[in-house]
Amino acid sequence: MPAKASRAAFGEALLELGARDERIVTLDADLSKSTMTVNFAKKYPGRAFNLGIAESNMIGVGAGLALTGRIPFACSFACFVAGRFETIRISVAYTNANVKIVGTHSGIAIGEDGYSQMGVEDIACIRALPNIGIIQPADELETKQVIAYAVEHAGPLYLRLTRQNLEPVCPPDYRFQYGRWLLLRPGHHVTLIGSGGPLFNCLEAAKRLEADGISAEVINAACIKPLDEELLLRSAGKTGHVVTVEDHSIAGGLGGAVAEALAEVMPTPVKRLGVQGFGESGDAKGLYTKHGLDPAGIAGSVRKFLNR
Amino acid sequence: MAEVRLESIARECRVQILRMLAHAGSGHPGGSLSVIDILVTLFFGRLRHDPKRPDWADRDRVVLSKGHAVPALYTVMARSGYFPETQLITLRKLGSPLQGHPDRTALPGIEAATGSLGQGLSISLGLALGLKLASSAARVYCILGDGEIQEGQVWEAAMSAPKLGQPDHALDNLVVILDENQIQLDNFVKKVLDIEPVIAKWQAFGWPVIEIDGHDIGQIEKALDQAEATKGKPTFVVAHTVKGKGVSFMENDPEWHGKAPKPAEAITAIREVLGVTANAWENYLKTDTAARAIVDELTALEKK
Repeated sequence: MPAKASRAAFGEALLELGARDERIVTLDADLSKSTMTVNFAKKYPGRAFNLGIAESNMIGVGAGLALTGRIPFACSFACFVAGRFETIRISVAYTNANVKIVGTHSGIAIGEDGYSQMGVEDIACIRALPNIGIIQPADELETKQVIAYAVEHAGPLYLRLTRQNLEPVCPPDYRFQYGRWLLLRPGHHVTLIGSGGPLFNCLEAAKRLEADGISAEVINAACIKPLDEELLLRSAGKTGHVVTVEDHSIAGGLGGAVAEALAEVMPTPVKRLGVQGFGESGDAKGLYTKHGLDPAGIAGSVRKFLNR
Repeated sequence: MAEVRLESIARECRVQILRMLAHAGSGHPGGSLSVIDILVTLFFGRLRHDPKRPDWADRDRVVLSKGHAVPALYTVMARSGYFPETQLITLRKLGSPLQGHPDRTALPGIEAATGSLGQGLSISLGLALGLKLASSAARVYCILGDGEIQEGQVWEAAMSAPKLGQPDHALDNLVVILDENQIQLDNFVKKVLDIEPVIAKWQAFGWPVIEIDGHDIGQIEKALDQAEATKGKPTFVVAHTVKGKGVSFMENDPEWHGKAPKPAEAITAIREVLGVTANAWENYLKTDTAARAIVDELTALEKK
């Protein structure tokens, strides 16, 4: 499979699922060309609603539709949906409305548009809410399975997708399971837990570390809420060192969730790699390098963390 | 005749609202008393619903967006049979499904969590659209507070509603009722942030607007008939109401937006709602056993 953006895989999955399931509707806030629901809208015009640049209303309309049995995918950039936190909090989470909130263009990897368009706090916000699960797929195969799962999942979900292309990381026979992580590469010195955009770089970093005699275990944490505590504890118990890697603020994201879980059950040294401070304009690769999310940056942080 | 019946129910609901709030020791009497005639007209003169089947797909929906007035909603729900009236005084108590603001997951019959103001209209749009997509004849009634429409999300929804679903699924199954009691928590609406000209605003957003006295059950019914006859668009009803309606010391006073009456105050308020003078009260209570029981209960509460 060639590299593909998870938003593109999402658009394709929706098109296919829409044919099978009449309940699926899409909601957009003037970004359907970017969130990739535009083809669904062309094929099923009676089931696609563009609410204009009014994300709070879009999310609320999604809640109402869900309460009549529809399965709405309410889509915009990650920052613009999570920015309507209060509406998600009450109309979706507390109401327990079966809305699939889709945040595309997550992270600093959107690049040139700069910080105001970058969703880097979305996980931290939504993770605090009961009822809503958070899933961040890492490649095309996983994205399509996650979207199919989301249709079947009875309850609200936040799906975090990328603008940039993602190299395949999951094996062809992979089957996504809610609340389960995937061991991509076994190792015994350190556990690298990645999710979404930078996961491929974790695998690349593991190769570099292997050359230095460091055996890195790499885990794909697609499900950020709930965590796969079983795999987390098993791996952390084995390696004794955990490094989280995400294109999100180091506060409150996957790294925060992992640190919280470990601190209570099995205190383990954790190094969180992610975005610090605001993002900025630039090319995606350059931004990943600046924030230490490229293979060299991840490998360097691991060496330092292990004092090697 | 029907109006007399509804007025009598509304009187009893007002009594229950005051009783509940006195027991809770907190809550919002002013807006509950201003909206109750609208809720009574809906629940006992209009709604197609079945309290025994709160998940019936084709039921009419009421979304009380001004969720702080939920004591009023609880009284009409209890009287309809959604839950026993004895449960009313558990309002705001630990473990009660009668949360301080509506919680859909706690109490069957509540359509959506509201009370974080400004959100109920968007949910109502989604409900109305979903019902249209399902070819259901059910209708959606959304009740907004006048202070509430200072929230920006209301205007996103207001701009969207007359256009959403057009042309095949126009939201003519949606009626929005503004409980225009002119007072919000801090002060009179016009002093905090004037919403006028409210009719012109909604008309400019594409809504047919009807103006009524929100305490005149005949006028409320007529407006709802007119809305039902309007095709291709949702309808907006401005219901002029009096905050604290029925209780002299609560009417038109911002103090009673969010303050519960003490038991003794509640007894006086109940007497006024029932239209009995102070002198005639003791004799009246000999004839009204239900009121007698509530007064005894509140008197005992006062002594606690």
